[in-house]
Amino acid sequence: MNNIIVFCEIEDGKVQDVSLELLTKGRKLANELGCKLEALAIGHKLDGIEKQIFPFGVDTLYVAEDPRLEHYLTLPYTSITVKLFEEQKPQIALMGATTVGRDLGPRVSSALHSGLTADCTELEIGPHTETKTNKTYENLLYQIRPAFGGNIIATIINPDCRPQMATVREGVMKKEIYDPNYKGQLVKLDAKKYLNDSDFVVRIIERQMEKSKVNIKNASIIVAGGYGVGSKENFQLLYELAEVLGAEVGASRAAVDAGYAEHDRQIGQTGVTVRPKLYIACGISGQIQHIAGMQESSMIISINSDPYAPINKIADYVITGNIEDVIPKMIKYYKQNTK
Amino acid sequence: MGLKIIVLAKQVPDTRNVGKDAMKADGTVNRAALPAIFNPEDLNALEQALRLKDQIPGTTVTLLTMGPVRAAEILREGLFRGADDGILLTDRAFAGSDTLATSYALACAIRKIGKFDVIIAGRQAIDGDTAQVGPQVAEKLGIPQITYAEDIISIKDGVIRVKRRLERGVEIVEGKLPLVVTVNGSAPACRPRNAKLLMKYKHATTLSERAEKSEDYLSLINEKPYLNIKEWSANDIECDREQLGLNGSPTKVKKIENIVFQVKEAKRLTDSDTDINQLMKELIENHTIG
Ligand SMILES: Cc1cc2nc3c(=O)[nH]c(=O)nc-3n(C[C@H](O)[C@H](O)[C@H](O)COP(=O)(O)OP(=O)(O)OC[C@H]3O[C@@H](n4cnc5c(N)ncnc54)[C@H](O)[C@@H]3O)c2cc1C
Ligand SMILES: Nc1ncnc2c1ncn2[C@@H]1O[C@H](COP(=O)(O)O)[C@@H](O)[C@H]1O
Repeated sequence: MNNIIVFCEIEDGKVQDVSLELLTKGRKLANELGCKLEALAIGHKLDGIEKQIFPFGVDTLYVAEDPRLEHYLTLPYTSITVKLFEEQKPQIALMGATTVGRDLGPRVSSALHSGLTADCTELEIGPHTETKTNKTYENLLYQIRPAFGGNIIATIINPDCRPQMATVREGVMKKEIYDPNYKGQLVKLDAKKYLNDSDFVVRIIERQMEKSKVNIKNASIIVAGGYGVGSKENFQLLYELAEVLGAEVGASRAAVDAGYAEHDRQIGQTGVTVRPKLYIACGISGQIQHIAGMQESSMIISINSDPYAPINKIADYVITGNIEDVIPKMIKYYKQNTK
Repeated sequence: MGLKIIVLAKQVPDTRNVGKDAMKADGTVNRAALPAIFNPEDLNALEQALRLKDQIPGTTVTLLTMGPVRAAEILREGLFRGADDGILLTDRAFAGSDTLATSYALACAIRKIGKFDVIIAGRQAIDGDTAQVGPQVAEKLGIPQITYAEDIISIKDGVIRVKRRLERGVEIVEGKLPLVVTVNGSAPACRPRNAKLLMKYKHATTLSERAEKSEDYLSLINEKPYLNIKEWSANDIECDREQLGLNGSPTKVKKIENIVFQVKEAKRLTDSDTDINQLMKELIENHTIG
């Protein structure tokens, strides 16, 4: 009762990073609140899934298995989640802000009439006093997120409704094993009791998923390109620099929208959040939504033809020039100096 | 047989083009300085509806929006592009609604509209970026949802087939009508205004808009009833007032802050060989690279 529960997303028998990141955050919040951390896994053939989950400090793992649950479907997943929440009455429920979590979350929140805050960038515990009634609440979940196209940061609370629900994007929270030998309790749910046949009215006819090829989230050096790179061909320069530095290539949304780079590489509020040792921003102006996803980089180099580009304000090194001239020189002098 | 389609659309401040004067000194948003636009993904949703109308004779497209009187602008915009009619849901009682209170009000309005085959919404609105209203309307109406649609491939014999665009691929799903579909920005863009429709609906207005105008539109509306954009208040829909607006919203905004970035003192370099050589040496020496 009144615990924290994390919905774990599973693809091909693997718990997704975004869920493990939420478990890490959930463990910290649970310690602060003095409650348990619980997790919910729904799917098919989930034998041994607890081995991936318990090390994150999970006290109870609920597992619902059924062949029909192999891939995510709105209604059956909602039925299970809603019923379990009604039984367990968690105070906080967290999900990834993925296409799954953002489909499931609103549905569950509507069924339970509990508030849901999408795309949080921070979660904290704190008190609140309602000014009108002077009523005080202790230990509320502060759901902190950018709003208004990323131009402001809002703190949202759900004073009266439970669970307090939030979704968080991949890469925003850190993933850390809590204790490799942590002993949790495994609770197998009788899926049939939670499901109705009418839950299966929407069927998947075809599914074509690709494994993500890029891993910018964990790269220690990122060479990121923006609209200023100018073309897909020019992006090749960034790949060359990345190759010699052992870096990954990232991109701004404008570069992705223009087709210069794949969507997987997008950094920022609607992409991934990164914290590399070195971030080289090439032809990126530095709008707030982009900065939101890379400002915690240890060192930032900006290459921009405009000496007043906003990104220069948060950069450690500013190179004023065209990427076509600067990048080949960087490659040349890196090679010369490492010989 | 034709379909009855409802498209949910929202008028939003254009947060993509936030200028310097968009933030007030106290850190709040100066909505007046931002142009109000048709939420981009709702235009993608409208296009999906209009394509069905092109394909299936007898299909009608009704636009529904909840917002201030001014939001009638996007209903007119929809009429210019091929929608058959628009409904504005407007009342002070709706002010301060979060996504749950919004979807409750929209669901009540949809019940009043009556029979429908499919509701099409945008994936998300650019002011809140929540992507919650579509699924919550579906839940309130007790019908299924198909989110992240990129293409409504077909509707035949009450079965809809949709291509969904997910993070790492696509999925084709099939469902039985009625249901809610939410449409991604990656779906085809909306067709432009049609010159004939622009002429036809130029003077389409809501009651409140007519009240603000000095000219006498009444005879015009009597003559051409399609120029009347329906306007409903909370009294016009069957609803529980407790679930509307600020009162009906479980989420509250505790605090709003302006974003401040830590400004660093940067080393300034030119693109000369000397500068770049020096930089690479420094980065190698302090083990940032290499
Ligand atoms: C709700 C919302 C969410 C968003 N989410 C994201 C997000 O997650 N990530 C993101 O990145 N954006 C996001 N955006 C978009 C963001 O607001 C900006 O539009 C985008 O980041 C701009 O990308 P850019 O810097 O590449 O392009 P621009 O702003 O066009 O900047 C191009 C830069 O390149 C420089 N330049 C031009 N030519 C050269 C050259 N030859 N050599 C060197 N420099 C050159 C120019 O001086 C300029 O500074 C979001 C927007 C909204 C409204
Ligand atoms: N006030 C509103 N009136 C009509 N439709 C809305 C309203 N708010 C949201 N919607 C619909 O719900 C979608 C998702 O909105 P949101 O949950 O705010 O991101 C939008 O793209 C619209 O289609």
